[in-house]
Amino acid sequence: MAQVTLSDIRKTYPNGYEALQPSSFGIDNGEFVVLVGPSGCGKSTLLRMVAGLEEITGGELRIGDRVVNGVDPADRDIAMVFQNYALYPHMTVSKNIGYGLKNRGTPKDEIDKKIQDAARMLNLTEYLDRKPSQLSGGQRQRVAMGRAIVRDPALFLFDEPLSNLDAKLRNQMRIEIKALQRRLGVTSIYVTHDQIEAMTMADRIIVMNSGRIEQIGTPSDVYHHPASTFVASFMGAPPMNLLDANAQNGAVTLAGQSIGTTAVSGPVTAGIRPEDFLPDPHGRLSMRVDIIEELGASRLLHGQIDGAAVTVHVGNDMNVSTGALPLSVKPDAISVFDTQTGLRV
Amino acid sequence: MRKIKLSNVVDHGILIIGSLFMILPLLMLLQMSTVPDAEVIKTGPSFKIGDQLDDNLQKAMFQASGFSGENTGMSMLKNSFILGIGFALGKILIGMLAAYAIVYFRLRFATLAFWLIFTTLLLPLEVRILPSYEVVQWLGMLNTYQGLIIPLIASATATFFFRQFFRSVPEELVEAARIDGAGPVKFFVDILVPLSQTMIAAMFIIMFVYGWNQYLWPTMITTDEDMYTLVRGIKQIVQVLEGAVIPEYGRSNLLAMVAVIPPVLVVVIFQGWFVKGLTESDK
Repeated sequence: MAQVTLSDIRKTYPNGYEALQPSSFGIDNGEFVVLVGPSGCGKSTLLRMVAGLEEITGGELRIGDRVVNGVDPADRDIAMVFQNYALYPHMTVSKNIGYGLKNRGTPKDEIDKKIQDAARMLNLTEYLDRKPSQLSGGQRQRVAMGRAIVRDPALFLFDEPLSNLDAKLRNQMRIEIKALQRRLGVTSIYVTHDQIEAMTMADRIIVMNSGRIEQIGTPSDVYHHPASTFVASFMGAPPMNLLDANAQNGAVTLAGQSIGTTAVSGPVTAGIRPEDFLPDPHGRLSMRVDIIEELGASRLLHGQIDGAAVTVHVGNDMNVSTGALPLSVKPDAISVFDTQTGLRV
Repeated sequence: MRKIKLSNVVDHGILIIGSLFMILPLLMLLQMSTVPDAEVIKTGPSFKIGDQLDDNLQKAMFQASGFSGENTGMSMLKNSFILGIGFALGKILIGMLAAYAIVYFRLRFATLAFWLIFTTLLLPLEVRILPSYEVVQWLGMLNTYQGLIIPLIASATATFFFRQFFRSVPEELVEAARIDGAGPVKFFVDILVPLSQTMIAAMFIIMFVYGWNQYLWPTMITTDEDMYTLVRGIKQIVQVLEGAVIPEYGRSNLLAMVAVIPPVLVVVIFQGWFVKGLTESDK
């Protein structure tokens, strides 16, 4: 178990492409941090640099008290779970799990004991003698987890470990991984492009975009107070509505109606979560509902307010139909962004 | 009753004709080695089964030909095996190591090195036979197994196949092994070699048969009769120095049949792996 500190870590490839701009953050002991962003945002590069699979161009990486910039991956006291599991196809499950220990010269009976412990924890005991090709996707993923656990590392690294699983299994494994991490209390970095995984699993989320960190915060922080329009539209499904609005005398007005307060003035972008609109007979905003999406527990209304596309999330107890719908906005629920820079103001 | 489809009949017809095409010459050889050599000259192949088979087999396997009295069928069989197996194993080992270096290590001129190795495909031993002979002679390896095997190994086929195979091994496997603390040697021995099993088997078949069938190079390099290989030695038997003597057709024919058996066995035994190695991989 360890803290991890990144100071001005950056990555430039030999061809001049800057995959990661100087980035700094710290991870507390036992914390579960999720790196999330669209493909090509540099999140995997960052993880691979922490793992030692990718050289660090500049900056300082500490795991525990040790600067590990030049340290071999095997000596960084880390374990990594890969997207394609990366199990050794010719080895049995128990050999797969024990291979790292064997290479470290751990005594054989100790290896066996650790394999047994890990297998019990992961419900793999009856599969120990099978080859990976005889296992299902979820079981393979658990073997990959087992390989990480037995090493007793200071840091777990997860590189999109669930993206090869089907949706149902993914939900189940999500909970299993989170529970396991809680139980073991090992500091973890988890990379995903799936914002739901990020929201549900993280203690803290790091949102990345084109080689930059956009925002670091708790899931609720990132969701309710996005630092930029990018974060606002990336996190949450459906994403936050981003509408052109006007700020004057401390009030934000949309389609001529005041919907919130702000300190700036001039044209701004107003961000409103779909669930922060309320159908309200006395509401002063008028939405034209075009399509109603039935989700079972709730409904999504797609339509327009004053010509701008809007999505509204309502409970299934609400009677709605296509056509005009009066809306109001929950007080203090709007985020205001600079129209030019996209940053929160 | 099962219906017989026309296409099945045609398919089987083609296969049967093909098989006969391959087997009949061998059967003719067998027939001719059962009759006295004089009869072979008089009548050629016939349907007559004679009583000379045992006798010819004795001569073929255990009687020496040539001057020194050292090259019996058995000794030639042994030499052929040493050449075939030594060549196949040597080639696989060198090919794997070279491919390993090219694929997994960031060498300065790796691509250039690969293409240099690759161009040796254009220079088989037959093309460079005189300089190769010169080198082997200079190294004092005439009439040795090293001299027989090593110059044949110097070509790119195995390196090429293993390179392509290694490149298909997922990158993540390499990274997982690095994190698991496997150094270059451990990765090669623990991961890459087991993964290459089927590929190695396929290479072994191809290379064994290739080595076994070598004729020109052994003819050049071996002058001691106890170094003769089968393929080269058979020629010796039908080569008669005194004009009036009838060549020992029965004996050499039988030896030729014996020379066919080991490659056939290797192919039959390994063919499952062979197909697997060249077409699929269990990664």
